[in-house]
Amino acid sequence: MIEAKNIFKSFGDHLVLNDVSCRFEEGKCNLIIGQSGSGKTVLMKCLVGLFEIDKGKVEYDGRAFSKMSFDEMKVIRQEIGMTFQGGALFDSMTVEENIMFPLSMFTDQTLEEKLERANFCLSRVNLPNANKLFPAELSGGMKKRVAIARAIAMNPKYLFCDEPNSGLDPHTANVIDNLISEITQEYNITTVINTHDMNSVIEIGDKIAFVHKGQLWWEGNKDTVLRSDNPELNEFVFATELTRKLK
Amino acid sequence: MIRSFLFHIGRYIMLMRQVFKRPEKQSIYIRQIMVEVENLGLDSVGIVAFISTFMGAVVCIQMAFNIDTPFIPLYTIGFVTRQSVVLEFSPTIISLILAGKVGSRVASELGTMRVTEQIDAIEIIGINPATYLIFPKIIAAVLINPILIIMSMVMAVTGGWLAGIFTGLVASSEYVYGIKAFFETYDIFYALVKTVVFAFLIVSISGYHGFYTKGGALEVGESSTKGVVHSSIAIIVFNLILTQLLLS
Repeated sequence: MIEAKNIFKSFGDHLVLNDVSCRFEEGKCNLIIGQSGSGKTVLMKCLVGLFEIDKGKVEYDGRAFSKMSFDEMKVIRQEIGMTFQGGALFDSMTVEENIMFPLSMFTDQTLEEKLERANFCLSRVNLPNANKLFPAELSGGMKKRVAIARAIAMNPKYLFCDEPNSGLDPHTANVIDNLISEITQEYNITTVINTHDMNSVIEIGDKIAFVHKGQLWWEGNKDTVLRSDNPELNEFVFATELTRKLK
Repeated sequence: MIRSFLFHIGRYIMLMRQVFKRPEKQSIYIRQIMVEVENLGLDSVGIVAFISTFMGAVVCIQMAFNIDTPFIPLYTIGFVTRQSVVLEFSPTIISLILAGKVGSRVASELGTMRVTEQIDAIEIIGINPATYLIFPKIIAAVLINPILIIMSMVMAVTGGWLAGIFTGLVASSEYVYGIKAFFETYDIFYALVKTVVFAFLIVSISGYHGFYTKGGALEVGESSTKGVVHSSIAIIVFNLILTQLLLS
């Protein structure tokens, strides 16, 4: 479980996160939703330590992550997998090398063992023949899947996905959502997903945190999100004609 | 402006402290150094050889035209060409050229990695990105640049010799005698010390600008320009300081 307690974060005079407290549960897809500029990405980057928080704390299963030094954080980071909006695959490496990279850095596995693990991760994300391709040769959906494969290479306890299906067609977006959900349940991972995609919310939102103007505005799950009487949440959820008709 | 200068100096020193932290896995870093030796050094051999040969030839011809009195022996052409090349042209001018070629490459590579979140990805994996990305580049440049500069010296002196012979301005024997005359090995030491310091400055300053790039493609370009300009300025300043320290 990951717990954020009273987090404040500002950039210069601009307060981006204002007293955010939230729990992200094990074995579940925890979604952070909100409009663009609401502070979702900043919250996620604070959770993983890419941004230093001004006040408050972040705990990973009771371990005070935000108070740790860089070297202490490294231990917990080996338990974290993360996918980024654009994939963030290493351009100079092939798909296979991208997946083997964390294994090369932190394990003493032989090349054969690392290749076996890379092949397993690639087959898990349904990309069995992409080993020798470079990121520039991949489509958007393939990049996201390789990023997931790299994120799960080290058997993480915590998985963070920043906008995992942005820029993808609805079918591929759905494939990615289901993949993340399956992996979360299969390995009992604490998964935190940053999204503003309503399909993801309804499909895989085991727990949902709605961030609005840098504050945690509402918490619930995929069953309660459509029935909430919170006006800001409703404005976000029922923003399109289609969702209004569904309601 | 002073505040901004001090901010960047402070942040640069802090980055260097991160860069020289103990690497996670040494075998990976040795491989990375080899890759960077190829990227930063071997890829520069052609341009260094070309510029050095022509510059040596020009220095030789200019010297020959400036010696218009019979009281100065012709071997002076070889002597002055050698001294110009060893003391200043190869270590400083070639380093400035490398600041343009290598500096822009390092800054734009790291800048692109920053804006596409690849540096964040390295950090999330649990690797110190400053050490992983900048340390091998610094070591590679510090190792390969002295070799490039020695090659530059040889090419420039050879260029001068060829120019002297083909233009008929100086006989081969006179030029070769001048090359050997009053040779001090300390001059080579001085040139190599400068080269090593300049190599460190080029990669670390360009790396600093690339590492802290914010924004998109436009900012990557700005970082690349800043990397080249600031490392060139640092080379000029340190050239004066090192010359005063080593030759006075």
